[in-house]
Amino acid sequence: MTAPPSTTLTDHVTGTVNGIGESTVRPDGIPKLQGSFAYASDLETEGMLWAATVRSPHPHARIVDIDPGPALAIGGVHAVLTAEDVPGRLLFGLEHPDQPVLASDVVRYWGEPVAIVAAEDPETARIAAAAVTVEYVVLDPLVDPEEADTRDEVFRRIRIRRGDQDVRGSVVVEGVYEVGMQDQAPLGTEAGLAIPDGEGGVDLYATTQYVHADHSQIVASLDLTAEMVRSHPTGIGGAFGAREDVNLHIHLCMLALYTRRPVKQVYQRSESFTGHVHRHPARLRYRHEADEDGRLVRVEADVLIDGGAYASTTSAVLGNACYFAVGPYKCDNVNVDGVGVRTNNPPCGAMRGFGAVQVCFAHEAQMDRLAAALDMDPLELRRRNALATGDALATTGQRIDTPLPTREVIDSLVAMPMPEDDDSEDPLRLPGGTGLTTERRDVRRGVGYAFGIKNLGFSEGSDDYAQARVLLSPQGAIVETAAIEVGQGLVTVVGQIARSALGIGNVEVRHIDTSRIGSAGSTSASRQTQLTGGAVLAAATALRDRVLTEFAGEYLDDDGVWRDGELVVPYAELASGGWEETTTFRHPPTEEPDENGQGTLHADFAVAGHRAIVDVDVGLGLVRVVRIDTAQDVGKALNPESVRGQIEGGILQGVGLAMMEELIVEGGVIRNPTFTDYLLPTVLDAPDVEALLIEQEGSWGPHGAKGVGEPPTISSTAAVAAAIREATGLALPRVPIRPEHVALEGGV
Amino acid sequence: MDFVVATDLEEALDALGRGALPLAGGTDLMVGVNAGQRPDNVVALRRVRELRQRNGQRIGAGVTWRVIEDEGPRALAQAARTVGSPQIRNAGTLGGNVGTASPAGDGLPFLAAVDAEIELTSREGVRTLRWDEFFTGVKETARRTDELITAVVLPAALPGRQEFAKIGVRNAMVIATVACVVTRADDGTTTVALGSVAPTPIRIPEAEELAKTLSDPGSAALDEFQHLVAAGVRPITDHRSTEEYRRHGAGVLARRLLTRCLREGAA
Amino acid sequence: MNPVGVVTQVNGREIARSVPARMTLVEFLRDELGLTGTKVSCELQVCGVCTVLVDRKPVSSCAFLAVDIDGREVTTIEGVASDGKLHPIQQAFIDHFALQCGFCTPGFVMMAVALLEEVPQPTPEQVVSYLEGNICRCTGYRSILEAVLDAADRLERASP
Repeated sequence: MTAPPSTTLTDHVTGTVNGIGESTVRPDGIPKLQGSFAYASDLETEGMLWAATVRSPHPHARIVDIDPGPALAIGGVHAVLTAEDVPGRLLFGLEHPDQPVLASDVVRYWGEPVAIVAAEDPETARIAAAAVTVEYVVLDPLVDPEEADTRDEVFRRIRIRRGDQDVRGSVVVEGVYEVGMQDQAPLGTEAGLAIPDGEGGVDLYATTQYVHADHSQIVASLDLTAEMVRSHPTGIGGAFGAREDVNLHIHLCMLALYTRRPVKQVYQRSESFTGHVHRHPARLRYRHEADEDGRLVRVEADVLIDGGAYASTTSAVLGNACYFAVGPYKCDNVNVDGVGVRTNNPPCGAMRGFGAVQVCFAHEAQMDRLAAALDMDPLELRRRNALATGDALATTGQRIDTPLPTREVIDSLVAMPMPEDDDSEDPLRLPGGTGLTTERRDVRRGVGYAFGIKNLGFSEGSDDYAQARVLLSPQGAIVETAAIEVGQGLVTVVGQIARSALGIGNVEVRHIDTSRIGSAGSTSASRQTQLTGGAVLAAATALRDRVLTEFAGEYLDDDGVWRDGELVVPYAELASGGWEETTTFRHPPTEEPDENGQGTLHADFAVAGHRAIVDVDVGLGLVRVVRIDTAQDVGKALNPESVRGQIEGGILQGVGLAMMEELIVEGGVIRNPTFTDYLLPTVLDAPDVEALLIEQEGSWGPHGAKGVGEPPTISSTAAVAAAIREATGLALPRVPIRPEHVALEGGV
Repeated sequence: MDFVVATDLEEALDALGRGALPLAGGTDLMVGVNAGQRPDNVVALRRVRELRQRNGQRIGAGVTWRVIEDEGPRALAQAARTVGSPQIRNAGTLGGNVGTASPAGDGLPFLAAVDAEIELTSREGVRTLRWDEFFTGVKETARRTDELITAVVLPAALPGRQEFAKIGVRNAMVIATVACVVTRADDGTTTVALGSVAPTPIRIPEAEELAKTLSDPGSAALDEFQHLVAAGVRPITDHRSTEEYRRHGAGVLARRLLTRCLREGAA
Repeated sequence: MNPVGVVTQVNGREIARSVPARMTLVEFLRDELGLTGTKVSCELQVCGVCTVLVDRKPVSSCAFLAVDIDGREVTTIEGVASDGKLHPIQQAFIDHFALQCGFCTPGFVMMAVALLEEVPQPTPEQVVSYLEGNICRCTGYRSILEAVLDAADRLERASP
């Protein structure tokens, strides 16, 4: 079989040797700017067929019969496969397998795959998919998460009991909050190409955040040995959590093995909205109790998240929601009752912020309410309760032993200069934008603050590791990893780390398949800079040390090994010596929670704060987010411009959740699975951003770096909501905040 | 799919006579094609020069939003600026907007506000329909399938003051939740037209009557005006907004636009 | 389906093909010509990802019929660099970190090319207006705006 044009993604990076902390540009920038970078959707090979998915039109139904006949009768159709054709385990799942590769007896969500088709071209495949006749008996869908809780349809319950149950505060505030279902909406849809190897095995090139997790699930469902399946990294058009779970991966491998032809699929946008998991919608009930001085004495929270039809990562998301339910604050007496329910709504799983986003919206609203009840400056309230290194996390009691500059984040954010009042009548600077709805006279300005905390890396006893290899080749040093670059810039930072450790400027990063290297874990949980970066640092350092020891050298560079100012081993000679080092890096171990949710569950934490400045047209409920200032705990910024890119992009996703991004699900059916109606922020919706990086080294990440991807998304939503509350005086207990929530409660 | 690229009106009308669907800028039809619809017979109109002509108050159906944005009457140009993206405005046409007759068509409230006529041409000749004869329902019009929308004809004298505004959930590239045009002539004659709040573009005669009596942008009677507009629309609740908000937004928007007209008059 | 003859120029190269009537321009570019630099994302011309220039004007190639480029000139991302050298707009995107996943990048570059041809020294407001139909999910846009403004300066300095 012909291999696709790019079987190994390589990014050739050259740059300064001691480049840690410098803003080296992206090595994949040139091909991406010229249109030559191969995304999964661009791959092709000779003799390729195209796949399409038959999906359930019902959120809950029993399958009576599937008739592939009409589809198979269409010219150019090579296969129609159903659950009966799954060679191995019918179920897959990231945490535990509960989701059918193809539904066999019952469909449990709208859009669930029922059959798959391979045909000569994409249009024929789609026509054939539509021609597969599926007879259903429609069942009542369970779509109310509270009812699911009552009926004990749950993926996980968490019960946190910490401190003294009898201690009460004199000032009490309560609130109920709700967060809608956000979608990651990466611009590249799910895509992949599976190529049979002619010996019963298969190579898969598909959109993913985690090739090794894909691989183990594919192997199980295909009933093949691990060696027979190779899952390859490929070009990815964004991810944000949407690509942790398997979607088309097993389907494509099945079709390729069945037809003995390469099979490709690219989801259309509407299919993408059903083909990946979403951010969990949440209902949050809170009670905060403080003493007269504003010290938190008790926090109680009920956390309900809707996991939809299948488990995905609901258990871990619920964990985060519960463990970070109090935010970056101290409190000794905490009860949290969390539940992740199973419904017939679309399955939910990972999205940037992973449970911390939902609770942050609630705990920050509570802190503002509490400040009002205390008649205290809300920032002073937060300062008094700020969590610091050496303190115990309010929920789990874990003693925090890495730098946690909550207080510094608060103080430096407050100290950032405020923008001038805007008197511009330029519609681009007003709510409503080009719609010309609003004049300056219609606008009230509001300012709001919010702070969030989240774990970095996998938690609760996971064996979290990343493997990387560094070798010296005639072309220069090579870093090999299965870590997935989804756009975040791993490839840049890994190159910087390798160069600085080796002393060699000429470094290539190769993204290689599952058969050639161990797992790097998922590109999620803000973990790759710390984990894969840590592995690369360790491998490169060990390799350099071995080389220097072998030749009694003083240092290494692109010319070779040097001693006493003389080149003792030229690089070319070194490069033929087969020098390589493979290292597996682990972060400090974590524990599973005890029966009260207590323990050292997390390896590291990061805090961030956001100040949102908004202009609100109260009469129409339209908002322009003018600016967001942020201070973020980054440990050490290995590439400050890349960090800034994560911050600005992450903030805009937070703004999106605050203002417009929601999958509208009615009776289990998504009503807006298009970019016409699932609205993403445009350039006109993007605030100016000023970012301050708080660097306190001491984390176990390379050079003290912390993960930076998620914190920008955690408290930005809450800050925007707080600012709109300040402008309007409304409670606004739900995001996204829609125009009607402001205009109809606020009046004109 | 049978596909004809018409280069002149004759060819276009021939194709329509054979049952072809007209394709102007592609904004609406191609959405369906990408969603898997397969019209068997399409005639592309982009090359038909007659449709791109503008003569006085007659705007060819093939005139693009981009041209209208730069050269159209004030409120229509304001509406044009809110149509989709710059890419869409380079391709999308006024005629396409009229032909699709979406309740949210950005150009339609203006046509209602100025009592525009729609010119329809077929092998049998030309007829013109007033906007309210033409728009008959949600995406329904009085156009026969053999007829081509060849132009929109505006009245000879347009009102001196005209204001458009549109509410959407984001600040650009958005489908209207409510759109409104208010026009005012020197003699005080006022028109109030709205989109996205009824199956077709809609006028609010009661509010227009009241507005005629107003001249002070600070008038207390604006409350009543706003109320009449809110009461006069017939919106629905869907995934984009609620009936209640659309009603409210219609009133607020109309009031603001009337105020803008009156302020201009006062200045 | 009846194929329709199309004679066009793509990135300066004469192309004569017979294409199915309902083929979109982006399908023509990607599947017929192998120019996969132009991406598809929303299929509804509301994301800007598939933007190409037809007679130097930006259009969404997902909603543009291939037959409709007959007699016209098409420019795609592959036609922006010349003589193996990045266009100043492309270089500015790299230098300003104006891309992450890069999926939206070709569309933004094509818009920037069209804008700077039409308005060589745009104001920030003009850049914002011109880019309002292009979605970026990664960057937050600031770096893209800076890249386009900087590219305008670079182009001005480069031209006598």
